Amino acid sequence: MLEDHAKIASLIRQAGEISGGKKLQRIVYILQKLGYPFKQIFHFHFSGPYSEELSVQLEELCDFGFLVETREEKGEEERFRYRLSEAGEGFLSHYKNVLPDMKNLTQKLIDQNAQFLECVALLLYFDHLPHREAIEKIKSIEQKPIGSDLDCATLFIEEIRILRSIDYPVIR
Amino acid sequence: MNLVRSFEKLNEEKVFKDPVHRYVHVRDRLIWDLIGTSEFQRLRRIRQLGTTFFTFHGAEHSRFGHSLGVYEIARRIIEIFKYRNHWDDSETMVTLCAALLHDVGHGPFSHSFEKVFGTDHEKYTQEIILGDTEIHRLLDMQGSGFAEKVADVIGKTYPNRLVVSLISSQIDADRMDYLLRDAYFTGVSYGHFDLERIWRVMRSHGDQIVFKLSGMHAVEDYIMSRYQMYWQVYFHPVTRSAEVILTQILHRAKRLYQEGFHFKYTPVPLIKIFEGTMVLRDYLKLDESVIMYFFQAWQEENDAILSDLCRRFMNRRLFKYVEFTPELLSAKNDLIEAFSAAGIDSEYYLQVDSSSNSPYDLYRPGKEGASQPIRLLMPDGRLHELSRESDVVGSITGMRRTDVKLYYPKDRVVELPDHSSAKKKIKEILGI
Repeated sequence: MLEDHAKIASLIRQAGEISGGKKLQRIVYILQKLGYPFKQIFHFHFSGPYSEELSVQLEELCDFGFLVETREEKGEEERFRYRLSEAGEGFLSHYKNVLPDMKNLTQKLIDQNAQFLECVALLLYFDHLPHREAIEKIKSIEQKPIGSDLDCATLFIEEIRILRSIDYPVIR
Repeated sequence: MNLVRSFEKLNEEKVFKDPVHRYVHVRDRLIWDLIGTSEFQRLRRIRQLGTTFFTFHGAEHSRFGHSLGVYEIARRIIEIFKYRNHWDDSETMVTLCAALLHDVGHGPFSHSFEKVFGTDHEKYTQEIILGDTEIHRLLDMQGSGFAEKVADVIGKTYPNRLVVSLISSQIDADRMDYLLRDAYFTGVSYGHFDLERIWRVMRSHGDQIVFKLSGMHAVEDYIMSRYQMYWQVYFHPVTRSAEVILTQILHRAKRLYQEGFHFKYTPVPLIKIFEGTMVLRDYLKLDESVIMYFFQAWQEENDAILSDLCRRFMNRRLFKYVEFTPELLSAKNDLIEAFSAAGIDSEYYLQVDSSSNSPYDLYRPGKEGASQPIRLLMPDGRLHELSRESDVVGSITGMRRTDVKLYYPKDRVVELPDHSSAKKKIKEILGI
């Protein structure tokens, strides 16, 4: 009963706060690719992997009052910040160990900006291709220049894989 | 300069009579041959709207008709764009093939299957286009890399965003067809909009499709149709109830198989998926006729849960529902206990269903990370997001799109003896 929702709430509790729905999408996708038990289906949208299911679940958590969503203007766009409410704490009390402790990894992801996380997500999305081909593919569909970001993202993926293997050694 | 390679034309145009578009016109040999493949013909045996026929009995139409419809819309839009010199003709065939094949990876009752078995129809679409199939062989004959291009358009990773937008965006050939087709077959009076007017006000603007301001009302109609269809058809609680039962049947059958249950009717075509070893060849053997056969047969199985769920599905004895609230969640453990005391297995008979389980969505501009917004082309050449210009669209933009319900078999609760404390407890918690 609402286990997938509980995982999102648990992630946000571990993060303290996540600023930006897009960033949250990227973080959940990256964690899923690292083997954490998020079940949402992601498909490619214009700027990378995106899950409509996750987006609706987030909204449902807000409608239930389990998350506090704060809107802020960012240029022409709106951005939303998410944190767990008191009711959300109550909600999570029904779900023990829905996610492992991954504070270190979550913090590392949160510290990155959304565009960099997009590069990381893109590389992981095309990880079935040989690395060089994946880079070419990303460059062919990305409209902004991201060459050096992709190099950094490649190294970053190595780092987070190591972190994952320490924090969460068993792939469930 | 783009070199436009020529694709073989048919000696004579073929047409399919279609209730939505009147005729679907086929002039290219490749399109005709793709329609004739076994993988595409399989779509005749997969309903477009899954379990919706339980609510709207007309909704028996298939993904085959819808796929032809999407192809036809894409073909007509391309004709309009070509007339205005807004189209690179070297992209025509790849776009038409992608339009025709965009749903070819759907399985029987796709969405429930994906939930239970963790499959993804979009991945199967890619696999059918790129793997060992009749479709792949036909595409491959058109030249090296052609099949990959078609797969990229459907996967939304094709470099030409205009082509991707035609097949997959907030107003695309896919949505235009399914809204009209689903409205027609369900028989509802909403869901209609002026397709041809929308085509006439569509413009390519760089790598995106935009709409002339003068056509805003046609676009408004489309958005309102989408809104109405979402709440009145796609997310109808009775349809969702059938979907819940279907999902539970699949869960139960899988569990029984894994526990070594001796089926009277062994689900041979499903064994690979139960074992997690299914390959494309096995997947392509599955369709809704196969699934319905087993549901019919399993009514006689010796497992009380499986046979009961199948009887419910086949005879439309669906679960009832209550709105799911945070208060209900707090009472979750008490409810499960009461179900257990009443001899009802809560794992199969108590299910939360939320809008996040729906494959349909509403137009939600402004939510970062979501799809590209619909843009209007203003007389001065600037682009404005639709909801900022349209009061009608603006009024539904911020509206709730979530709905969470708890489904349960009311008949089982009602038939408990009146003095039963479990019955009292269940009725008290559910407020019935």
